[in-house]
Amino acid sequence: MAEAQSDGEEPLAEFRSNVRDWLEQHCPTEMRDGASGEDAICWGGTRWSFTSTAQEQWLRVCAERGFTVPTWPKAYGGAGLTRDEDKVLKDEMRKIGARSPLDSFGIWMLGPALLKFGTEEQKLHYLPPIARGEIRWCQGYSEPGAGSDLAGVQTLGVDDGDHWTVTGQKIWTSYADHADWIFALIRTDREAPKHLGISFLLIDMRSAGVSTKPIQLISGSSPFCETYFDAVEVPKEQVVGKVNRGWDVAKYLLTHEREMISNGGQVMGAGRPLGAVLQDSETGHSDPILLAKAMQAEVDSLALEMTLERYKDQAECGQGVGDASAMLKYMGTELNKRRLELVMELGGSLELSWSSDASPNWLRTKANSIEGGTSEVMLSIISRRILGLPG
Amino acid sequence: MKLVETEEEKILADSARTLLDRSAPIGKLRQMRDAGRTNEPELWQEMAAAGWSGILVPEEYGGSAMGHAAANVLAREMGRNLTVSSFISTAVIAAGVLRSVETDVACDRLSQLAAGTLTYALAIDEASKFDPSKVEMTAEPRGNGYILSGQKVFVADGCNANRILLLARSPDGLCLFDLEKSLPGLTQQEVQMIDSRDVAEFSFENVEVTGETLVGRPGEGLTLLSPALQAGQAALAAEATGLAEAAFGMTTGYLKERKQFGVPIGSFQALQHRAAHLWCEIEVTSSAVLNAGRMLDQDPQNAALAVSVAKARATETAQRVVQEGVQMHGGIGMTDAFDMGFYMKRARVSAEWLGDYGYHAAIVANLRGF
Repeated sequence: MAEAQSDGEEPLAEFRSNVRDWLEQHCPTEMRDGASGEDAICWGGTRWSFTSTAQEQWLRVCAERGFTVPTWPKAYGGAGLTRDEDKVLKDEMRKIGARSPLDSFGIWMLGPALLKFGTEEQKLHYLPPIARGEIRWCQGYSEPGAGSDLAGVQTLGVDDGDHWTVTGQKIWTSYADHADWIFALIRTDREAPKHLGISFLLIDMRSAGVSTKPIQLISGSSPFCETYFDAVEVPKEQVVGKVNRGWDVAKYLLTHEREMISNGGQVMGAGRPLGAVLQDSETGHSDPILLAKAMQAEVDSLALEMTLERYKDQAECGQGVGDASAMLKYMGTELNKRRLELVMELGGSLELSWSSDASPNWLRTKANSIEGGTSEVMLSIISRRILGLPG
Repeated sequence: MKLVETEEEKILADSARTLLDRSAPIGKLRQMRDAGRTNEPELWQEMAAAGWSGILVPEEYGGSAMGHAAANVLAREMGRNLTVSSFISTAVIAAGVLRSVETDVACDRLSQLAAGTLTYALAIDEASKFDPSKVEMTAEPRGNGYILSGQKVFVADGCNANRILLLARSPDGLCLFDLEKSLPGLTQQEVQMIDSRDVAEFSFENVEVTGETLVGRPGEGLTLLSPALQAGQAALAAEATGLAEAAFGMTTGYLKERKQFGVPIGSFQALQHRAAHLWCEIEVTSSAVLNAGRMLDQDPQNAALAVSVAKARATETAQRVVQEGVQMHGGIGMTDAFDMGFYMKRARVSAEWLGDYGYHAAIVANLRGF
C-alpha cells in the first residue's frame, strides 16, 4: 500500500510546489480571508458587478490558468487536472484561505451535463464562457404543477421547423433575475409517456418572451424566481442530448445537484462548530437537554463527514456514487436543519432579531430538504432503487 | 489510506462469512442457548487456525498481524451471525495489551493466545455503567505483591476464559493485573444473560497476588489499557454494525415477501421510508466504523475521537434497527421461534459493554471543545 502511494508522490509533490508558487504570486491578499459565505461568492455573468478589483483580478488569473474549473479539459477552459491534482490545488488554496474564484450553476450542473451529453460544437461554444465567468446560467426544472413529480413538466415546446416555440412557466429558478441563460426541461412530445417526451433546452434569457419575477422567502431573501416563457423561439441546435430524451440528462444532473447540496458549504461547513456556539451561549452547559441534543448532533455530524469522505474516496477508486447520493442529500440536509435549530436554541432570544447571523440561515436551511428533491423523494429513491422494495 | 474497503479486506470478509456460515450460523446460538452452553471450543480452534485469534499478534509470535481494520472486518461478520466467541476479549483487547508490554512472559502468552490455547476476560466494571476511571477495587501493596479486594461485574467471557485482565486501584493509582483464575479468595458467579452469552461476576476477598502479575508499572494501568480498550470498542462497534446489517436484511426480506391486503407490505410508503431511513443510518455508521479501523492502524495516538463516534453510532443504529425490525415483522417478530429477538437482545448487551452511547458521546463532546 505504501509503495503504491509513493509511486504517485513525486509528480504530485512537484505539482504542489508549482501550485503553491503560483498561488503566492497570483492570489490577491484580499482574496485570502477564507470567506465562503453568500457575500464572498463570485457568480460571474454579464450582469455581475465585482465587489472589489481583487475579486475581478482573482477571477481573471484563475480563468487564464484554467483554475475556475480545474478538472475540465483545457480545450473547454479547464486546466485538465486529475482528481489527485485537483485535491492538491484545493488543499493549497485552503491553506492560504483563498476564496473560490468563481461559483455557478454552469460549473456545478450544466458543465458536467454538457461534458457527458453535449456535442463537440456545444462544448466548445458553451463551456469556455462558463469557465471564464462571462455567462451565468440558471436551472429551469420545477413548475407550479411539477415539484416532486418533476417529469410532469408542462412547459411546452412546439416544433416550428428550425426552432422550438416555448410557452409556459418555471418556478424556484435560482437567481433567474441575474442569469444570462437558462437550461430547462421542456415538453416536446405531449403524446409520449411523461419521461419520454421531455427535451433539455438551452435558452438565452434575453430572448423575446422571457420574463422573471423574484419570490420572497421566509428568510427575507429572494434567491428564487418565477420564470415565464411566452412564445419564446429557441433554435433547434440548442437541445442537449436527443430530442425527447432530456430526462436522461436531467437525472444525471440531479445526481450532481444532490451531491452538491449534501456536500456543499450549506450542509457541513454551515456556520461555526457546535462546540464553539455552545461555549458562547449563556445556557448551553446548564441545560442538560440542550447539551445532550448538541452532543448527539456532533456525533452524527462527524459520522456523516466520514461518510462524505468515504463516498469521495469510492468515486476516486472508480466506484460511482449513483443512487446513494440520495442518502447523502437526505442525511446531510436533515442534519443541517437540526444543527441550525440547535444554534437558534443555544442563542435564545439573542438570535431572534433580523440582525442576528443565525436567524436567516436557520430559515434558509428549511429549504435544504425540499430543493433538489425532497427528503421523501430521496427515501423513495432509496427504497426502490437500492432496497428493491416493490411499487 | 482511503476510506474504502481494500481488496484484501473484501477477501477476508468473504472467507470469514464462509467459515461462519458453515461452523457458526445463527442457529448455533439457539442450540447453545437451549443446551445451556456459552462456550464453543472447537469453533475457537477453527478461528485460531484461520489466523483470527492472532489477528493483532506479530508474526514472530505466530500471529497473522493483519491489524485493526481487519479485526473489525471479522467482528462485523461475527455480528451478522451473532457468533459467540472470545474474539474481542482475547484477540483484540488482551492481544493489544500483551503486545504493548515486551516481557518474556507476555510474549509467551501472546504465542499461546495466537495458537488458540489461551483466552482472556477483561474485568473493569463494578457498577451498572462502564467507566474505568471510577474503579474502586483495591490493590494494597504487600511485600513483593498485592492484596486485591472488591467486586467485578459484567465480565464478558469471564466464566470460560483462562485468565483475567483486571483493573484495580493501588495507592499509586490504577493498576492492570494479568491473573490466573484459581486464586484463593477469588470466587466466580455465572450470570444468565439475556443474550445467552458468557458473563461472570467476580468477588475478590483479600486475594494475594505476586508482583509479577502487575502489567507495566503501578499507576500505569489505564494508560496501558487505553489503546487496547479503544481497539475493543471499535471491534464491538463493528460487531454491532454487522448485527444491524443482518437484522435489516431480514426485515427488508420480510417486507418483500409478507402480503397483506393482497400486496407485499413493502409496497406501503409508510414502511418504505422507515426502511430507507434505516439503510441511511447503517451507511453512515459503517463509515464511522471504517474510519475507526483506519485511525487505529495509522494514527493510534489520535484514534479516540474516531473510536467513540463509531461506538456511539453503532450502539444507536443497532438498537434502532432491531426495534424497527420487530415492529415491521409484526407478531412473528415477538416469537422466540424467530431470530429477531436474538438480535435485539445482543444489541442491548453490546450497547452497554465497553461504554454506552452517553459515555462515548461525552468523549466526543470533550474532544470537540464542548
